[in-house]
Amino acid sequence: MNWLESFRTSWSAVYSHALRSTLTVLGILIGIAAVILTVGLGLGTQKDVSAQISSLGSNLLIVAPGSSTDTSGVRGGFGSSSTLTRADADALASSVNAPDISGVAAEKTTSLSLEANDTNWTTSVTGTTASWLDVRARTLSTGEFISAEDDETSAAVIVLGSETADELFGTQRVVGQSVVISDKPFQVIGVLDTAGSDSSDNLDDLAIVPFSTAASVLVGGTESAAVSTIYLQAASDGQLSAAYQEAETLLLNLHSITDSTAADFSISSQDALVSTATAVYETLTILLTGVAGLSLLVGGIGVMNIMLVSVSERTREIGLRKALGAPPGAIRRQFLIEAAILGLSGGLLGAILGVTAALLLPGVIGSSIVVSPAAVALSIGVAIVIGVSFGVYPATRAARLAPIDALRSE
Amino acid sequence: MVDPTPTDAPVIELRGAGKTYRSGSIEFEALKGIDLAIHEGEYVAIMGPSGSGKSTIMNVLGCLDTLTRGEYRLGGTDVNDLDEVDLAAIRNRQIGFVFQGFNLLSSLPAWRNVELPLIYGGVPRNERKERAEQALVRVGLGDRFENRPGELSGGQQQRVAVARALVGEPTMILADEPTGNLDSVSTQDVLALFDELHARGRTIVLITHELEVARRAARIVWVRDGEILRDELNEDVAA
Ligand SMILES: Nc1ncnc2c1ncn2[C@@H]1O[C@H](COP(=O)(O)OP(=O)(O)OP(=O)(O)O)[C@@H](O)[C@H]1O
Ligand SMILES: [Mg+2]
Repeated sequence: MNWLESFRTSWSAVYSHALRSTLTVLGILIGIAAVILTVGLGLGTQKDVSAQISSLGSNLLIVAPGSSTDTSGVRGGFGSSSTLTRADADALASSVNAPDISGVAAEKTTSLSLEANDTNWTTSVTGTTASWLDVRARTLSTGEFISAEDDETSAAVIVLGSETADELFGTQRVVGQSVVISDKPFQVIGVLDTAGSDSSDNLDDLAIVPFSTAASVLVGGTESAAVSTIYLQAASDGQLSAAYQEAETLLLNLHSITDSTAADFSISSQDALVSTATAVYETLTILLTGVAGLSLLVGGIGVMNIMLVSVSERTREIGLRKALGAPPGAIRRQFLIEAAILGLSGGLLGAILGVTAALLLPGVIGSSIVVSPAAVALSIGVAIVIGVSFGVYPATRAARLAPIDALRSE
Repeated sequence: MVDPTPTDAPVIELRGAGKTYRSGSIEFEALKGIDLAIHEGEYVAIMGPSGSGKSTIMNVLGCLDTLTRGEYRLGGTDVNDLDEVDLAAIRNRQIGFVFQGFNLLSSLPAWRNVELPLIYGGVPRNERKERAEQALVRVGLGDRFENRPGELSGGQQQRVAVARALVGEPTMILADEPTGNLDSVSTQDVLALFDELHARGRTIVLITHELEVARRAARIVWVRDGEILRDELNEDVAA
């Protein structure tokens, strides 16, 4: 009896127990769909997160103040006092001191209330320089950004994030309007394009003013020269670590610190953020895939269960086939193919369900699902392997039955 | 011992054949060391009361069951020396079974049941259907190809079983009560078929407890309590 004949026999057995076969297939189907979806969701989230982090700007290093050691030797917490100043940022901008750094944007951020007409809106107001737009990889939807001249003259101009503009002015024309902060009028000169939000901030709800304006007019006092974050842009991807070295050496020098472990600032790279986030989501994906894999295992046990039932229910049939000349191999093959058919149908239908859900779900849950063809092919393969491997035992049992015992059984 | 063609070696030869069934600690000796030789082309009826060991003999002859003592030679070969695959091939090519219970597959239509031995014999698909239908026509079921066993009467099912035994053109037919469920007309039909097969040189071993049926055979072996009581030529036929 050849494979084709075995297949026909197996198929008619699957077909004649349609309900039972369907339920078994359902077990595999759900497992496969779950695996495809969880892996897809994991990959999709990873993609989303790295896209979000990359949207901060490319080849970015972030210098944050912190960990200053005072004379008593007590370390302050990160960010507890501003150890970074505008002078640090200007030094970093020098192409002699730091040739691998192509852009520097110092930020001085405070939360303030903005007033326009009768509307009040509290948002984070950032004082920075003209290079911010490039370094943070942002664009303007209308108007213009603050210029070097605005910074020199401490001009009372302001650029708004798209949401901030929306809150204050609604549908009105924004550029040319006036916004009052701490009783001082500012002229709106531009509005930023939308950028979504990263893990901690809403990138569309903010206001930008010239650095010097923020320092003198809005903050003042001893804190006036302090900087909350300095963004550094490396000239290229390959120069990122050189830029890191230069920034660290330069800042340690400026702060007269010899031991880099005692640094009163910290430099982190966007890559580090990406890899941390990726690692977290990878772990999550593996975990979820494990759970989905378990359901696949349960599906496989379902196949085995049904195959065992099928064998014991058809003991007489097996005996008869043997009496009529079926060698053990043909019987084993018949049951193995039957299990493989169940596995394959479960795999195919599960893949269809999984891929369909992967196409429809993102619209509902708002996070992307990446379906890789390799994962789909693999899960179908796994489904067949599960069907066959859980079918081996029942099939072997069937093949080993003595013809006469099988014939006599009821 | 009757031996109509003493020059030939017998196709079937049981020597001191014993079969003891064990279920747990209980043993039952169903065959108590019997000797039986059947030559090619013989038509033998095995008769005996219920429980005398007739089906046990047939199972051994058909290579479905093994002896616990003594030996069984089929065509000169000791079946103990054969493995499962060889035995499967022998059952497929040389033996046509008619079981005491019909043993049809209820999910398959008549012709598919008849076709089964041909599948394992490697006969091509289109030829199988043709031969299965011819066999059904021969047993008088020319209009019942597509009916499942559940849609057939007991006698018709019996005839499907006979058709299945014929279809592979085996050299030997082993029939266990093939007429047990048939009315007298159908019985005559089936027996006529066996006569015809016998005339064409097939070896036939027919198990029955009806003397009338046994009388169609040339030789009658009487079994009782696992022993051969008498082994005689049937005067009516042999004459
Ligand atoms: N698997 C078995 N286990 C134990 N005892 C068995 C088994 N098969 C048959 N027997 C016993 O062996 C004896 C012979 O059985 P067998 O089936 O050969 O009888 P038979 O002559 O065919 O009877 P019948 O005319 O009723 O079919 C019976 O007493 C039966 O109970
Ligand atoms: Mg019997």
